[in-house]
Amino acid sequence: MAMEVTQILLNAQSVDGAVRKHAEDNLKQFQEQNLPSFLLSLAGELANEEKPAESRKLAGLILKNALDAKEQHRKYEFVQRWLALDPSVKGQIKNCLIKTLSSPSHDARSTASQVIAKVAGIELPQKQWPELIGTLLSNIQQLPAHTKQATLETLGYICEEVSPEAVEQDNVNQILTAVVQGMNASEVNNDVRLAATRALYNALGFAQANFSNDMERDYIMRVVCEATLSPEVKIRQAAFECLVAISSTYYEKLAPYIHDIFNITAKAVKEDEEPVALQAIEFWSSICDEEIDILEEYGSDFTGDSEVPCYYFIKQALPVLVPLLLETLLKQEEDQDQDEGAWNIAMAGGTCLGLVARTVGDDIVPLVMPFIELNITKPDWRQREAATYAFGSILEGPSPEKLVPLVNVALNFMLSALMKDPSNHVKDTTAWTLGRMFEFLHGSMLETPIITPANCQQIVTVLLQSMKDVPNVAEKACGALYFLAQGYEDMGPSPSPLTPFFQDILQALYAVTRREDAGESRLRTAAYETLNEVVRCSTDDTSPMVMQLVPHIMMELHQTLEAHKLSTDEREKQNELQGLLCGCLQVIIQKLGSSEATKYVFLQYADQMMALFLRVFSCRSATAHEEAMLAIGALAYATGSGFEKYMSEFYRYLEMGLQNFEDYQVCAITVGVVGDLCRALEDKILPYCDAIMTQLLKDLSSNQLHRSVKPPIFSCFGDIALAIGENFEKYLVYAMPMLQSAAELSAHTSGADDDMTEYTNSLRNGILEAYSGIFQGFKGSPKTQLLMPYAPHILQFLDSLYMEKEMDDVVTKTAIGVLGDLADTLGSNAGPLIQQAISSKDFLNECLSSDDHMIKESAEWAKLAINRAISI
Amino acid sequence: MAPPDHRRPFKRPTISDQQRRRELSLLRQAQNRLDAQQRARCLASTVLSLEAPEPGPGPEPEPVLELELASESEYHVEEEEEGDSRSPSKEFDVRQASKLRGAEARKWFARQLMLPEWMIDVPDRLSQDWYVFARPSGKRCFVVSSNGITVSRLRNGSVLHRFPSALPGGARTRDVSGSAQSYSILDCIFHEIDQMYYVIDMVCWRGYSLYDCTAEFRFFWSNSKLNESGACDPPSQNHRYRFSLVPIYNCDENGLHAAYTGAVTYIKDGLLFYNKQAHYQTGNTPLALVWKDEKCSQYVIDTDSKGNVPRLQQVVLELQEDLKLITSDDPPVVFGCLDNDLVQKSGLCTGYLLKFAIGNGGLSFADGRLDRADLQYLGKSNRARAFADSYSKVIFQYAVRHSPLRIDDLLSAINSRDERENEHPDVEMID
Repeated sequence: MAMEVTQILLNAQSVDGAVRKHAEDNLKQFQEQNLPSFLLSLAGELANEEKPAESRKLAGLILKNALDAKEQHRKYEFVQRWLALDPSVKGQIKNCLIKTLSSPSHDARSTASQVIAKVAGIELPQKQWPELIGTLLSNIQQLPAHTKQATLETLGYICEEVSPEAVEQDNVNQILTAVVQGMNASEVNNDVRLAATRALYNALGFAQANFSNDMERDYIMRVVCEATLSPEVKIRQAAFECLVAISSTYYEKLAPYIHDIFNITAKAVKEDEEPVALQAIEFWSSICDEEIDILEEYGSDFTGDSEVPCYYFIKQALPVLVPLLLETLLKQEEDQDQDEGAWNIAMAGGTCLGLVARTVGDDIVPLVMPFIELNITKPDWRQREAATYAFGSILEGPSPEKLVPLVNVALNFMLSALMKDPSNHVKDTTAWTLGRMFEFLHGSMLETPIITPANCQQIVTVLLQSMKDVPNVAEKACGALYFLAQGYEDMGPSPSPLTPFFQDILQALYAVTRREDAGESRLRTAAYETLNEVVRCSTDDTSPMVMQLVPHIMMELHQTLEAHKLSTDEREKQNELQGLLCGCLQVIIQKLGSSEATKYVFLQYADQMMALFLRVFSCRSATAHEEAMLAIGALAYATGSGFEKYMSEFYRYLEMGLQNFEDYQVCAITVGVVGDLCRALEDKILPYCDAIMTQLLKDLSSNQLHRSVKPPIFSCFGDIALAIGENFEKYLVYAMPMLQSAAELSAHTSGADDDMTEYTNSLRNGILEAYSGIFQGFKGSPKTQLLMPYAPHILQFLDSLYMEKEMDDVVTKTAIGVLGDLADTLGSNAGPLIQQAISSKDFLNECLSSDDHMIKESAEWAKLAINRAISI
Repeated sequence: MAPPDHRRPFKRPTISDQQRRRELSLLRQAQNRLDAQQRARCLASTVLSLEAPEPGPGPEPEPVLELELASESEYHVEEEEEGDSRSPSKEFDVRQASKLRGAEARKWFARQLMLPEWMIDVPDRLSQDWYVFARPSGKRCFVVSSNGITVSRLRNGSVLHRFPSALPGGARTRDVSGSAQSYSILDCIFHEIDQMYYVIDMVCWRGYSLYDCTAEFRFFWSNSKLNESGACDPPSQNHRYRFSLVPIYNCDENGLHAAYTGAVTYIKDGLLFYNKQAHYQTGNTPLALVWKDEKCSQYVIDTDSKGNVPRLQQVVLELQEDLKLITSDDPPVVFGCLDNDLVQKSGLCTGYLLKFAIGNGGLSFADGRLDRADLQYLGKSNRARAFADSYSKVIFQYAVRHSPLRIDDLLSAINSRDERENEHPDVEMID
């Protein structure tokens, strides 16, 4: 048997597809027939020094994959399966794994490390395998260097896998001691020292207690800083990674060390190899992130009662930090603008400079301006580009009062550079800088406009001209135009300053989408995105021009649907284009369909558009489906009950969308579209409701569907009930128990993290919207008494939400509205129940005096409904 | 080398319009759901059911120019108080109606306002079931805010003002959800002197209808909503005219006194009485009443177009096919009959509005109903008029000239009610 496993594992890596396939089938069969024996042979294979390295490594990987999966439901299944195994089998497997840590084969050790971490991830939270940490630590004390390295690596993986609560503080202390000792300069073996440094990176989350103790913290910090000076580049890089992690995890403990860290990072930025220098810059970027968060959360004047105080490290370091970063800007790579994935010291330095500007605001300006003035006209493109990049970087953060005068001076220079500079790099950065000017310093919120009737025409002319430049420059010019248009989106009813150029802008953007080379540098996408924004800011006087665009976009979409026999690559591009075109039509539908002035003319295209969207569904592309679905939702809203005629054809795609578990975004959007249909068709949606409800109920019961789709499904129940009224009767018996159990689950949030609390609130909102729709749907019907049995539970749910005190404003508003809906629909029958509920007193009173006018409005409505219900 | 996962390359395209489209769609859907929910809560639909007249035979008034309509609005306020209730056939909504012109618009808008009857006797339970307030003198109009603009229209459908306002949807401000549903309709009187819109009723707010809500709810709602919207703030660039609420009182002795004698910022033109339980009903309704005397109104007795009080009371009645002369009420009240010769001789047709004087024979009543009227034919009515007089208006004017209903009569009706209640509380409860 054992020999056979080795051969199968080797065959599974064969270059011959047939052999490989056969071996994979064998493995699958083996696993299904006898899991314990299968896992045991894999562990044995991995531990056996006489076996080939290839079969050992694959055995370990298969073992690892049998313990963990990306999908939540499969992961849960694997965990349960492991826990249910016979303890003696598990014991043997674990022994094999520990033994492998001493193997001379690096691959075998490394694989065993990962598998041990997976097993620990399952068992430690269950308080099983208590001897693991002790065993590992005793390994470190005695054994040869390679075992020590593998053991440290294992400790690192365990810290990554397990949450800190699952490990006793004693064990944590021992792990940290072992790791920090391994990092120490006295450790002569570089592999051990590197493994220890990487292990610390993962173990930092466990070190809360140790970082609160001055002596222990001093020691850890000293060792980390020393490791940044190691002769080995990988160790220096790993040590800086530790510093970055410390800067975000223990920001409030950094004050005593910040001066030293500055010196270390400055030296690395100036002299060290790029991977190390990048981490050194990242340290300061990370400090900026922390300070921006703190300052945002507590307002700019720190009052002393915030959880984490701001230490203003950036402000203090400013006079030396800014020149350091400015120097990095001159180290550009050739052609970095054409390479999508590029990341180098100049880009990291500019990114950090932008974060510094956001952190300190006005103070950065005088430190950067001399650099700009010195370099902006130099013959070397690097200097001109660096100067422009520096200017663009500081446009977010400082006050408009500080920036507007500078921008007014710079604007003309930039416009002319965009036309005339011989360097593509400079033009790329110039267009980007113009975009940043418009993004942050242009719009109705600003008092002094940088764009005036005097320069508007010139700006538009230059940008449209620049859109004919090489793809990366044209793409940035599109971006600048995007923000230029966005600034006019909320202007008053007066004709937009863009009106005179509107036709030219639309034509130019449309021409860009059709450029041969529009596939490069994301140019086509940028052009469509800008087109969308320009459409959004169209006004009554320019909407006829948007109307003229419609047949062109429809024709483009039609052409993508006619193309056949494409290569995989071409098909992918075609699908992307379909997504962009559907997205563009969606924006146009939303714009022209929402104004009475354009709606009726526009809807003449509805039949043709709908036919195109339906054809998009026959192509296999999640993005295109999503965009088409959104467009159809907008169309349904615009057409209203007239949408009925498309339903028989559209329905099957709607159902397909509701069944699309893999691309859950498509599923979520389809659920939203069901809501649009309900509001458009009202009771005419009835013939489709059986099928829709069946599918929605299936979705809710599935553990494969991403959880984010569930709240909108509940809201959708409400939409359906509101549309079909008492006809919802037959679904009550299914929907109500689901709502009830979801309500019970969501009633409490204690101990949840922010993400979970946010999700719980969205779930509550969905449940409450369902109740609201159902009550209002039944209002005035003779069947309202069917809802009576559910009233006590619903009131209890509202009470428990109120007592929990963890709901956000949206939930509060919806909840108090449900109270009103219940009273409104059930009337005096529910009077006594309502009077017993706390919600009808304390909760209602709190909402009545709320500052949030939506909450207050709902509460006033609820009060009125309750008064009616209990006074009769 | 790739950037760290969480660090977005600074100079890379920052916009993801796809995400933005997604968010805007979700926003739109959430807004639409909210609209649907609010509509359901306040019942009815957002759509004003309007029923336009059947394009049947008969003398459809010729298209009326805005010029003429404007001159009618100069005509004093009495002219606004009649309605008709012809049978409907077609539904519109108020935004479509904004596109109607001339006579069509005039008829449409005329039918959308709730028109109080004239108080010819004191209703029961005045102090319990009714509100009272002093009516501002000025132009009665419908104020519709939607799609970023606010339009006020006089009862005859002509546009009074087109302006930005702080009402929901009343000015072009950023509205990402693009919700065309968010419109509001107010029943107002425009008061020239301080250029103020006095809101006397709220018909729709943020797209949901208050038609089927009681006056009690509508007043409560306008009180809390109007201030919040900023519509009562002083004029600004995006808010050209200021709106104001009128003080509304329970119609007990104090309330009636306050409305009658209390100081207000506007010139009074009589008192309005609204039944608390009544829904907003378009056309004539006995659940809203108007009353006036010399003390609280400049216009008690009707004047002619030159502002003079004619010697004899004048009435406008509609000629029916059977030659009967009827009021604008539903069902109409017959005031008399024309003889065929006169009709032939003057070339009159069915549907014509004719002007008569009430002669010295006056009106006589039997069993509380009109029995006979001494009518003297004067000629065709001003063709800008849409409707005949209502019964209650004719009777009120008649009473003003002969034996008016006085404020003391109203007060004593309230007091006698109070006394009776004090004497027989038990009886009241069973009642």
